[in-house]
Amino acid sequence: MKKNENRPGVTMKINEVAKSLEAKIVCGEHRQEEVIEKGFSSDLMSDVLRIDTEHLLLITGMANLQTIRTAEMADISYILFVRNKQISDEMLELAKENDLVLLRCPYSLFRASGLLFEAGLKPVY
Amino acid sequence: MQVKFDVEGGNFSKAGHASSQVKKILKQLNVAPKIIKSIVVALYEAEVNIVAHAYNGTIEVTIDPQKILINLSDNGPGIADISLAMQEGFSTASQEVRQMGFGAGMGLPNIKRNTDEFEIESEVGKGTKLIMTKFF
Repeated sequence: MKKNENRPGVTMKINEVAKSLEAKIVCGEHRQEEVIEKGFSSDLMSDVLRIDTEHLLLITGMANLQTIRTAEMADISYILFVRNKQISDEMLELAKENDLVLLRCPYSLFRASGLLFEAGLKPVY
Repeated sequence: MQVKFDVEGGNFSKAGHASSQVKKILKQLNVAPKIIKSIVVALYEAEVNIVAHAYNGTIEVTIDPQKILINLSDNGPGIADISLAMQEGFSTASQEVRQMGFGAGMGLPNIKRNTDEFEIESEVGKGTKLIMTKFF
């Protein structure tokens, strides 16, 4: 953990994230060249609402409307859903309205987080 | 400027609607993004609380050039011990609410953290009132 925190800022483009996790960009493809610096993995929206970080990728297995709402309120633009979670039409619509980027990958929360950490994304805490 | 929203208890598909509207208004008023985030995070936590715990409620928002004042009032079970409810980790949320990613006992402390002034009053069997203020 210490080692990773001290690394110089490694950033990843959304399309690089997608490629490394066999993920599909299901919403906001026009933002795929944008860059993220940090990752945060949680299924607990209360935890997500406490983060004060920009250019953050939220990695979660919690796929419902409140996940999108939480991202909207917390100014999080990028969400990665793991384990190929179903993204409902309602979720998609709300994400589009807020110009969010949604990705979906087949990997588990642990594996997706591990790979992105290994690639150099920084943790929030 | 004043706006009022009705909140329906138990209706999770609409939870966050009022917070979303307030966010749009504050953006239009060119309030600093960090201040907007604090306000809407606090409001969203409170709105989800009404949906999760109460039968119905109202949110009244007053915005003037210096501050935003938000009055939330619900008809619901109320809170028996407010100091306990303010403790991080304490929650009476249902399994359904927890499955939505809430109910970890972090809402009220997070509201306090994100506002400049915060008051809470509750009567068991009647409901809960929250008043929060954030200066621009």
